[in-house]
Amino acid sequence: MTTVTNGVNVQALLDAREALKKSPEAAQFVWRASSKWQNGVHTTITVKDFYGLGEERAHKSESVFQADHPEVFAADDNGITPIEYLLVGLASCLTAGVASVAQNRGIQLRSVEATVEGRHDIRGILGADPDVRNGYNDIKVTFNIDADASREEIEALVAQSQKRSAVFDALTNPTDVTVEVA
Amino acid sequence: MLERGEVANSWRRERWDSLRLLTPNWQTRLPGFPYQGSDPDGYMTVAEVTEFIERYAAFSRAPVRTGVNVTSVRRADDGYHVTTSQGEIRCRTLVIASGACNRPVVPGLSEGVPPEIEQVTPFDYREPGRLPDGGVLVVGASATGVQLAAELRRSGRPVILSVGEHVRLPRVYRGRDVLWWMDVSGVWDQRYDEIEDLTRARRLPSPQLVGTPERATLDLNTLTGMGVELVGRWAAVRDGSALFSGGLRNMFSLADLKMNRLLGTFDEWAVTHGRDAEVGPVERFEPTRPPASPRLRIDLRGGEIRTIVWATGFRPDYSWLHVPVVDDKGHLRHDGGVVTDSPGMYALGLPVLRRRRSTFINGIEPDAREVIDHLARHLGLPR
Repeated sequence: MTTVTNGVNVQALLDAREALKKSPEAAQFVWRASSKWQNGVHTTITVKDFYGLGEERAHKSESVFQADHPEVFAADDNGITPIEYLLVGLASCLTAGVASVAQNRGIQLRSVEATVEGRHDIRGILGADPDVRNGYNDIKVTFNIDADASREEIEALVAQSQKRSAVFDALTNPTDVTVEVA
Repeated sequence: MLERGEVANSWRRERWDSLRLLTPNWQTRLPGFPYQGSDPDGYMTVAEVTEFIERYAAFSRAPVRTGVNVTSVRRADDGYHVTTSQGEIRCRTLVIASGACNRPVVPGLSEGVPPEIEQVTPFDYREPGRLPDGGVLVVGASATGVQLAAELRRSGRPVILSVGEHVRLPRVYRGRDVLWWMDVSGVWDQRYDEIEDLTRARRLPSPQLVGTPERATLDLNTLTGMGVELVGRWAAVRDGSALFSGGLRNMFSLADLKMNRLLGTFDEWAVTHGRDAEVGPVERFEPTRPPASPRLRIDLRGGEIRTIVWATGFRPDYSWLHVPVVDDKGHLRHDGGVVTDSPGMYALGLPVLRRRRSTFINGIEPDAREVIDHLARHLGLPR
């Protein structure tokens, strides 16, 4: 097999999988974000620290995100809407999965592009119709992948990436959420 | 040879009425005891399997002691101390052949189901008439789940099937039973030490197959055509409602892709082994049709669902085995049937014990020969 270079260190991931089978406590991670209200419906969110492999850790640098709403919502549009961040998470998680699975299967990728569309009936969040839910009605992801592989192999990459995706799982299955006042 | 009940006990007591073997009759063979009936392509009923095993017990003159229930196995100086309902036994070696399906698995979320809904497992289920009238939610889409969903739908009940990861297969491929292909192409002979992800192979759900005189395929498209509603994997109960995963389409994609890869290996085998002309033309089947918008939530208190059938798999019961050889998932630790942590202890009849055919009736012969070879060497017997 020729050497495939998708830039994913699959060996490190496979080694971690074996190591964590023996020490499941080290596999327990906590991801964190902190938000600060600015004005109107504009919020700034920072992400830096997390917990994993038994200790507190941090990203190389802090990331700052602006969340707001567009002008049709009578807002200032200082950033994308919160529900669009879910699309950001889903697209990036599935794409990371495609790259990792391709590396593991010896498939050279040349380009991986995706468009993500979430259909949203905003009567829910406006309280205009109690039968309409607040969140997305459905989400559609369309991948456009150029790789040294058959169409079936590419479809299998995308299927396996969904199977192992944290964000896909978080969006398709219920999660127990606690919100409290400190 | 200890048997807690009668010969073929689990076939007599732990099977539903309409069940037939998934394997065609010509594959239903035990050492020195082939199928000799007039319908080699048919599938045995439970009564016929029971009779087949009874006849084998007589043919093989196996020293079966029926009505002897093992309640405890402990290590003793040079072997094992076995406590049974009929007294104590000391032995140097021990073969555990109690199988992988002693208890139905029922997920913890069953505890959140309202009490007015009747819950049954495949061990309780006999036939549709014994369930309350009204809607049924069948959970799990392995062979058990699809068979019970079809049978309950035919009884006139509304049926919803909750589908997680599953194995799709056509009953007949290119004119031959799909299990003929598994047998002759060598898939079933793949050894446990050649399989890359053995843990996964041993956990694989049973394929969506049914044995019927018509040799009909029973996949999710068949069920959709019968009016069975498909929903995703059951993820939680919240506020009296069942919540199902929105990942159903990917369950279909994974199963369709996997089936097509398997059929591709059959096609390749037919060409390389010069068998292409004796079978029908290459076939590919319609992808699994996703429902237009699968329901994510079903109110369990509204009366729509009267019964839940848990077709969520089975697990072995080692509660009587007081030797530390069971892992934290409740599975026996063994290397191809040799329980290496406890010399003189062996296992037979577990999934992919030594090869993919291990849990099929015809898979016992090669496994038993190899495991008993090891056992004989352990005892220092000449072979």
